[in-house]
Amino acid sequence: MYFLELLVSGIAVGSLYALIAMGFVLIYKGTGVINFAQGEVIMVAAFIAYYLTKGFGIPFLLAVPITLVATALLGAITERLVIRPMLGEPVFSVVMITIGLSIFLRSMAGIVFGHHNYILPNPFPVEPVHIAGITLSHNHIWSMGVAFCLMVVFFLFFQYSRLGLGMRATANDQDTATLMGVNIKRVYALTWGISFLVAGVAGIFLANVMVLNVGLAFVAISAFPAVILGGLESVPGAIIGGLAIGVIENLAGGYLDQMVGGGIKDVTPFAVLFLVLMIKPYGLFGTKEVERV
Amino acid sequence: MAIRSKIFCETYHEDIKLLNTYWSKAWMGLFIIGLFILPFLGDTYMVYMVNLCCIATVAAVGLNLLTGFTGQISLGHAAFLAIGAYTGTILSEGLNMPFWVTVPAGGLVAAAAGILVGIPCLRLKGLYLAMATMSFGVMVEYVLITLKGVTGGERGMYMPEVDVFGMVLNTDESIYYFLLVITAIMIVAAKNIVRTRVGRAFVAVRDRDIAAEVMGVNLTLYKVMAFALSSFYAGVAGVMYAYVMGHIHPEHFTMLHSVEYLAMIIVGGLGSILGSIFGAIFIVVIPEFIKILAQTIEEAIPAMAGKYDDEWNIAAFGLLIMLFLIFEPGGLNSIWQRLKIGFKNWPFTY
Repeated sequence: MYFLELLVSGIAVGSLYALIAMGFVLIYKGTGVINFAQGEVIMVAAFIAYYLTKGFGIPFLLAVPITLVATALLGAITERLVIRPMLGEPVFSVVMITIGLSIFLRSMAGIVFGHHNYILPNPFPVEPVHIAGITLSHNHIWSMGVAFCLMVVFFLFFQYSRLGLGMRATANDQDTATLMGVNIKRVYALTWGISFLVAGVAGIFLANVMVLNVGLAFVAISAFPAVILGGLESVPGAIIGGLAIGVIENLAGGYLDQMVGGGIKDVTPFAVLFLVLMIKPYGLFGTKEVERV
Repeated sequence: MAIRSKIFCETYHEDIKLLNTYWSKAWMGLFIIGLFILPFLGDTYMVYMVNLCCIATVAAVGLNLLTGFTGQISLGHAAFLAIGAYTGTILSEGLNMPFWVTVPAGGLVAAAAGILVGIPCLRLKGLYLAMATMSFGVMVEYVLITLKGVTGGERGMYMPEVDVFGMVLNTDESIYYFLLVITAIMIVAAKNIVRTRVGRAFVAVRDRDIAAEVMGVNLTLYKVMAFALSSFYAGVAGVMYAYVMGHIHPEHFTMLHSVEYLAMIIVGGLGSILGSIFGAIFIVVIPEFIKILAQTIEEAIPAMAGKYDDEWNIAAFGLLIMLFLIFEPGGLNSIWQRLKIGFKNWPFTY
């Protein structure tokens, strides 16, 4: 029973990781870059939702779409200001730019919002759901559902839509994609917009489960192992990786914590990440890059 | 590297010499004299800052060997510093070892860890490698906190003062010379590494690893060597850090610090030893500038008083990374080279 409880709460946490991981995967699929500032976007989105509901008194259901539009806009603006000048530069430079952006956003958020905790009004019933003796909060069920829906939507989008194909082509080879008539500026702007939107969704869910403060940004770092485990360019991989990491860290926390004295929960995902990379350098579902000289 | 006019190199050896003209030798001599009289010119705080610059320089040079020259992104550099610092402290405090044991030992243990990380990372490239090194950093941080018996856990460890053959260096001024010598040795060594076969192999691996392998560069050997060298530098920097601070703590070696070292080599210039020195000094000194700037603003506009805190430093630091990457990808080093060429060719500056 203890095992089952850990498993289910692991899945619940994992579904949140899956949501975060999806944001990473989208940017990687569209542009071939890992966005290290994803966590900061999650945090900013949560704060936007907080100020809309608490500050302006907008009902939660209306605040959600406004937040999502705002984050998508933020994504497009970021792309225009920071990423666009880097078109054609090596991936390493672009990744470093996102690291710079993450540091910048996090400290600016610290200056603007301060370091105390906020509470985002919870739209879901507080009463948890009991299924076959296992307790689950509404929030987790919803996040699982949303993660799954988004997965289906993005899978179809990348597989069948023209734009999705253009994004895949851009990630594969920028130069060739441009030559083939893909408007990579638009692809970039859209990719960043969509990915930030997904981060916004994750932010709203996370702020409900965890405390809302500037430290929320660090959640993204704990989602890295999920992204890598699933493979950087696989949307279903993000879901599976997220769930797996959630379960693994919860089981490790439940069984090993007494032995080593705390904290094992936070470090196990990284140990798993390291091991996975040794055995499968491109994650479980990532495509192996074939290189030619 | 621009070739100066009126200098004719007749042999390859002349071409790759570190100081190839009388003027550059003279400037270097002046610079060294300047370094030696520096503690008499400034106050203790300035010397302390210079000490920090020395440590950062050694660490940045090491990271540049791995990331700038060999093209292997590492987000776990601070972990190697931590390994060096803790090794040095344990040897010095527990076993009472002198500095000529602790400094190389810190470097060597870190290098061994670097090899351990480097071997599994051989198959990884680019972003996956960055992730792997980052997770190594997280694991090291965890071990430092958890292994209370060895590392002191959250309380950290205390490093005794460095004892150079009976002379106890307990002031910032006296330890400055100690650090200066180590830093100089490390820089000269790095300069020599990059101008020999090993350095050229590193650059070949960075530019196109498959092509390098085809041309006879042993990828495994050179990648692992790059990891080992870079972590050796980090380990030495870690021991230096422990000696200067006197107290080490897991908080001093987090991922943010790894990013800071990456920022140093980006701001300074990837693939350049001189650039790493510029970058290290720049990143260490910039918070001081922001502090002074904030003070002047506070004096000028009383309404701004008390608004300054460390967050502004970190924000400026993030902004700097972005601005440098967008507007000056070659870093401070390329600005310096441009300035130099401008002066040399004056009045015919192009």
